[in-house]
Amino acid sequence: MSLIRMSSPHVTRSNTSSGVMQLVLLAMIPGILALTLFFGWGTLLQIAICLISGLVFEALALRLRGLPISRFLGDYSATVTALLLAVSIPPSAPVWIGIVGMFVAILFAKQVYGGIGNNPFNPAMVAYALLLVSFPVQMTSWNLPYVLSGSEGWSIPALSDSLSLIFAGSSQVMDAYTGATPLDILRNRDGFTTEEMWRSDQTLIEGAAAYHAVSAAWFMGGIYLIYKKVFTWHTPVSILVTLGLVSAIAYGVDPSNFVDPFNHLTLGATMLAAFFIATDPVSSATSNRGRIVFGIGIGLLIFIIRTWGNYPDAVAFSVLLMNLAAPMIDHYTQPRSYGHKRPRLGPKGE
Amino acid sequence: MKVFSFHGGIHPPENKKQSTRASVRQLPIPKTLVIPTQQHLGLAADPVVSVGDKVLKGQIIAEPVGRISASLHAPTSGTVTAIEEQPVPHASGLTAECIVIESDGLDQWIEHQAIDYKALERTALVNKIRQMGIAGMGGAGFPTDVKLNLGSDHIVTTLIINAAECEPYITADDMLMREHASEILEGIKIIQYLLEPTHTLIGIEDNKPNAIRALNEALADADIDLDLVVVPTKYPSGGERQLIQLLTGVEVPSGKIPADIGIVVQNVGTAQALHRAINHGEPLIQRIVTLTGEAVEHPGNFWTLIGTPFSDLLSAADLKPGALYRLVMGGPMMGVAAETDAVPVIKTTNCLIAATESEMPEAPAAQPCIRCGMCEQACPAQLLPQQLYWFAKGKEFEKAKNHNLFDCIECGACAYVCPSSIPLVQFYRFAKSEIRAEELEQRKADHARERFEARQARLEREAIEKAERRKARAAEAAKAQAERKKQAANEPIKDDSAALKTAAAVARTKLKKAEVALKNAQDKGLDGVDTLQTTVDKLKLAANEAEQALQKSSTTASSTSITPKGEATVAKPDLKALKQQVSIIRTKLKKAEAAEEIDDSAIEALKTRLEEASKAHTDADNALIEKAQGAGIDLKQLRIDVAMAKVAVTKIERAISKSDDETEQETLKTDLESAKSHYDQLESQLKPYE
Ligand code: SF4
Ligand code: SF4
Repeated sequence: MSLIRMSSPHVTRSNTSSGVMQLVLLAMIPGILALTLFFGWGTLLQIAICLISGLVFEALALRLRGLPISRFLGDYSATVTALLLAVSIPPSAPVWIGIVGMFVAILFAKQVYGGIGNNPFNPAMVAYALLLVSFPVQMTSWNLPYVLSGSEGWSIPALSDSLSLIFAGSSQVMDAYTGATPLDILRNRDGFTTEEMWRSDQTLIEGAAAYHAVSAAWFMGGIYLIYKKVFTWHTPVSILVTLGLVSAIAYGVDPSNFVDPFNHLTLGATMLAAFFIATDPVSSATSNRGRIVFGIGIGLLIFIIRTWGNYPDAVAFSVLLMNLAAPMIDHYTQPRSYGHKRPRLGPKGE
Repeated sequence: MKVFSFHGGIHPPENKKQSTRASVRQLPIPKTLVIPTQQHLGLAADPVVSVGDKVLKGQIIAEPVGRISASLHAPTSGTVTAIEEQPVPHASGLTAECIVIESDGLDQWIEHQAIDYKALERTALVNKIRQMGIAGMGGAGFPTDVKLNLGSDHIVTTLIINAAECEPYITADDMLMREHASEILEGIKIIQYLLEPTHTLIGIEDNKPNAIRALNEALADADIDLDLVVVPTKYPSGGERQLIQLLTGVEVPSGKIPADIGIVVQNVGTAQALHRAINHGEPLIQRIVTLTGEAVEHPGNFWTLIGTPFSDLLSAADLKPGALYRLVMGGPMMGVAAETDAVPVIKTTNCLIAATESEMPEAPAAQPCIRCGMCEQACPAQLLPQQLYWFAKGKEFEKAKNHNLFDCIECGACAYVCPSSIPLVQFYRFAKSEIRAEELEQRKADHARERFEARQARLEREAIEKAERRKARAAEAAKAQAERKKQAANEPIKDDSAALKTAAAVARTKLKKAEVALKNAQDKGLDGVDTLQTTVDKLKLAANEAEQALQKSSTTASSTSITPKGEATVAKPDLKALKQQVSIIRTKLKKAEAAEEIDDSAIEALKTRLEEASKAHTDADNALIEKAQGAGIDLKQLRIDVAMAKVAVTKIERAISKSDDETEQETLKTDLESAKSHYDQLESQLKPYE
C-alpha cells in the first residue's frame, strides 16, 4: 500500500495569497467608481496604463530572474501595485507618468529586492514619491472634480478629452480642467485664515464634497477588508485616530491656521493610505502592537508634512518613512510569548 | 466558573459528526496483535516473555525500565510468536521492537481483582498504577504513575481533567464521556486521592453537549468535588498549556512543567483507564479509537485492543477500495501520517483518519511569505511564526532560539492559516532538531576541551610536585635517619585524632545530604533553593573546619611519630564506593543504549556521568598513589608486598599445622611471629591508602 506521507497539519484553510489580493482588488472598486464619477474617465485610463505596463515589467523581471512567470503573475501583487499607483496619480497625468511609475515600482522597488515578500518599501509609494519629486508639475495637476450641484464651467472631461489629455498632453484642455486640490488651497491661503477660505473659495467649497465622497468609498472598502480578516484594524485605526487627535488639538488651539480633523481625514489620500497602502503587510510592522506604533507614526507624519512641508499631500512620504522604521519597530514590539514574563529584546534578539 | 482565554487559535471544520452517529462498537479480536515495546515517552519496556510462550489476557509481557517507562500486557490470550522489529506509529516511519501475539480466540483473562485503593499506601498505589501500564492517552503518552508520583516538594493545588478534545475529527473522548461518565469520575477520585488537589476542574469544549449532559448526570449521583468548565470551541484549547490558561488564567512559565506551578493535567481517557485498572484490576489493554475519514463507509468509534493493526480497523469500518489517499494517526492538525496500514494501535492512538485525496489533498506549492501576520494572529504561544520561519529558512538558529522557537508547541495553527501555504511547522521541527544536534556537538566539544585542559594542567602540576617532593624526600630521609638513631624507642604521642575524625565524618555526611537536597530542589526548580544553598555553604565551611582541625592534629602527631601515621587520618575518598558507582552507571548506560532511545541526550548524559565517575575513581586512586609517593612509599609495590607477606604468613601457619616435630614447631612459630609482625607493619603502612 502506498500512502502519502506528509507532516502535520494535514489540512489548511483554503485561503491563498492570490485570494487575499483578489479581495483587495474587490474592495477597491467603490473607490475607483467614486473617482471615475467625480474626476472622469482619467482614473480608468490610468488604471489601464499602469496595469498593462506593470504586468509587462513584472513578466520581464521574472523572465530575467528565471522564475516561472505564470505562477508569480498569478499572485496579483503587481496588479494591486498598479491599481494603487493609478488611483494616486492625477487622473489626467500624461501616459508616460504611469509607465515610468510602474517601471520604478516593479523593477526597483520590488524585484531588485527579491520580489514579493522582500521589498522593504511599498512599491507604489516609492514610484509615487519619485514621480512627485521628478515631475512636480504633472503630479500636482489634479482635475477639478465634477460636482453634483455644479455651476456651468465645471464638468468632468469627456472621454475624448481625457484621451487627448493623457496621450497627447494637450495643455489647453489641461488648463480647462485642472486646478489646485482642496488641501492645496487650504495650505496656500495667501494670508487668509482657513475660515475665510471656506467662506470664499468656490473650488474648495464644492470640491470638498467630491473628496469626501471618494474618502467614504475607500473607507467602505477598508471596512470590508477588515471584516474579511485580510488585515487587522490596528494600522488603519491608529493612523486615523492619531491624525484626528493631533489635528483636533492643533485646530482647537488655532482654528484659523490649521485644518480641522474631519477634513484632514477626508480631503486627500488619508483613507486610501490608511486602508490600502499602510496595510500592505510586506513593508509594514508585523505584530499587532508594532502595527499600532507604525500607524501612529504615519498619522503624525501626515499631519507634520501637510502642515509644514512643501508637498500637497503627505501620505507617500509618511508611509515610506515608516517603512524604513518598520524593522526597528518590529524589534521593539515583539509580543510577549506564552510563559515568558517579557518579550526578549536586546542585542541577542537582533 | 470564569473562563479565561488564550491568544490566537483557529476554527478548522470540525468533522466530528460523522463518527458520533453510532455508539461505540467492540472491534472483533484480531488474529495477530503487534505490541510495540515503546508506546510512550521515556525508555522502552523490557519484554519478559519469550517466543512460544502462552499468555493470558492481561498478563504482563514487558516491564518498565527506568523511572519513565510503562509496562505492557497481553491484550488477549494467545501465543507469543515473535519479538522483532516491526513498523510502528511514529513520525519517523521507522520500525521498532514489537511483541507479536497470535490470539487463540478464547480471550481468556488472567486472574485479576479489584484493589481497595483507599487501604493502600500512596507509593504502593503508584506502583500498582505503574504495573497496570497506565500511560497518558491524550498526546505524548506520558506514563501516568510518574505524573501522579510527584515528590513531596510539589504541592498540587489544581487538578485539571482534559476533556477538550479540540482537534477536528476526533471523538474518542466525547464518546467515552457519553457512555462511561461515571467511570471517568471514579478514575478522577483515584487521582484526587493521590494528589489531594484543593481544586479539580474538567475542561470541555462547548461542541460536545451530549458529553456535557452525561457528565452532569453522573456528577449529580457521584460524591465528588469538582467543577465542570465548558470552554468555547477553539483549536488548540486541548493543548495542556492552553487549557491551563483557559481554566486558571495562569501561564506555565517557559521551560517549566505544570506541576511546578501546582497544576496536574490528566486526560479523561486516562482517568477511565485508571478506574478499570484499580477498581477492576484490568490493565490498559484496550482503548476507544475514532475511525473516520471519507475513505471509510461507516465511520465510528471502536473499543480496540492495543496492538490491533490498522488494517483490521479499516476493514471493520468498511474501507472504500481505492479511496484511501492519506492515513493519519491522530488529528489532522498534529497527527502523523502512516506509511502502511500494518502499523498497530498503541495506547495513544485516539484517532485514525482514512482520508481521500479530495479531503486532504497534497498541499499546494509554497509561495513567498507576504508577512501578512495571519500566522501571528493564530499562534497560541504568542510567537512570531513568520520571523521564526525566516530564521529557520536562513539557518539563523541562534535568532530563532531567541525568538522562543522552543516555546512552539507545533500545533500547526500558523500553517493552517498561512495564505502562502508555507509548511511552517516543518521548518520549526527542522530548526529545533538542528539546534538540538548543534547543542549536543557543542557539549561534546566542551567536554573534550575541558578534559584536555584539565589533563594538561594536571601533568604540569605533577611534574612540579614531583621535583619538589624528591627534594623534600631526600631532606626528610636524612633527618629521619638521624632521629631514628636518637630515639629508637620513642612512644608515639597520643592525640585526640579519633574524636576529630568522627567530627569530620559527621560534618561530611551532613554536607552531602544537604547537597543532595539542594540538587533535587534545583533540578525541580523549587522555591527555597536559596536557603538550601546557604545551608550547604555553611555546612561546607563546618566540614572544612573539622577537616582542618583533624589535619592539624594529625600533622602534629605525625611530626612526632616515626611512622607516617599522619597520612592515615587524612580524609580519603572511598575507593570501593567509587568503583561501585562506575559499574552501576556503566550498566545503566548499556541498558539505555540497548533501548535505542530516540532522544540520545539521556544516553549522552549517562556517558558523561560514566566518564566523570570513572575519572573520579582513577583520580582517587592516582591521588592515593601520589600521596604515598609523597611519604616515600611506592603504593603499587607496597600493595604487592602486603599480598606477599600475607601469603608468607599463611604458608607458615599451614606448615605449623602439618608439622608434628616439637622443635620444628617452635622455630616455625618464631618465624611466624616475625612474618606476622612484618605483615602487620606493611599492612599498617598500606592502610591509609585504601
Ligand atoms: S501567514 Fe504565511 S504569509 Fe502570512 S506572515 Fe505568516 S508565514 Fe508569512
Ligand atoms: S506551530 Fe508553533 S508557531 Fe505555529 S501556531 Fe503553533 S505554536 Fe505557534
